[in-house]
Amino acid sequence: MFKELCQKAFPKSLWVYHTNTGACNGCDIEVIDVLTPYYDAERFGIKLVGSPRHADVLLVCGPVTRQVVPALKRLYDAVPDPKLVIAIGSCAVGGGIWFDSYNIVGGADTILPVDYYIPGCPPRPEAILHGVAMALGLVEKQVEPVHLKQLPDRPESIPVESETP
Amino acid sequence: MIASKLKEAILCLRPGLVTLKYPFQPHPPEEDFRGYPEVDADKCIGCGGCAAVCPARAIMIQDIDQNTRRIVRLLERCIFCGRCADVCPEDAITMTKQFELSSDMGREDMESECQVFMATCQRCGRCYEPATPLDRIMQPGFRHDEIKRGGQDSPYEPVKPA
Repeated sequence: MFKELCQKAFPKSLWVYHTNTGACNGCDIEVIDVLTPYYDAERFGIKLVGSPRHADVLLVCGPVTRQVVPALKRLYDAVPDPKLVIAIGSCAVGGGIWFDSYNIVGGADTILPVDYYIPGCPPRPEAILHGVAMALGLVEKQVEPVHLKQLPDRPESIPVESETP
Repeated sequence: MIASKLKEAILCLRPGLVTLKYPFQPHPPEEDFRGYPEVDADKCIGCGGCAAVCPARAIMIQDIDQNTRRIVRLLERCIFCGRCADVCPEDAITMTKQFELSSDMGREDMESECQVFMATCQRCGRCYEPATPLDRIMQPGFRHDEIKRGGQDSPYEPVKPA
């Protein structure tokens, strides 16, 4: 349903605003790489804009540091509705190796409602393209959670229902 | 002036079409690429070596009871370093070429869990106290990592979607 809403709400080009919330620049470079002629995200209408007021999509790279939280909230408010947030890189998705650092709040979804997650450290440009294409409804999701259990009397593991906080 | 511009235009035409047709055609990564770390749950012996070396602490171990060791991997913060695959004595972990990991469901999609059956002493379950801390970690029923999704308890309220 959300996918259909997205396709209705964004029939034309997505203008993205790229924000660094404490990344090491690895993901930023990959985002720029996606916009080069070789990967060419502009054929999907993706355009990098210089102001959040012009943007439809907020790209968040990096773990959210404490210092950037108020700025990030103001930035999110500056993007006009309807808006999407895409978290790029392991840090923005789940906090990365910094997830329990003293100055890190966590991934981008501790502060913002994130719509699409692109893990990777850094994600390949193809991975970012895959995430964008998934947002546009061109490709299918390829990951799913795995829960397996070994049993003493069986040679093979069986799927199991389990809750992880 | 015009001649130089024309020359430039011809030079620009020469490379032809360079854009990758990626989402419509597959583009496999190079040979030594490390993608999604896949676990063969049948091979895992539950030694916990992967949990000990993981720099992101994405792999955690919980001993539910004397016979079951739960290995939870929160791969949303995995940095794909491949150390777990290097250290695994049974080669149960392989770094696949899968890089298309984007999801819209959130972090749950990147979670992987394997409950390993650990054999114990048939009579008492725990006959002896292992000598070193390392051996104690190997002993089922000892280790219980705290599984935390985020970092610390955030003092900030998340923004509500409009």
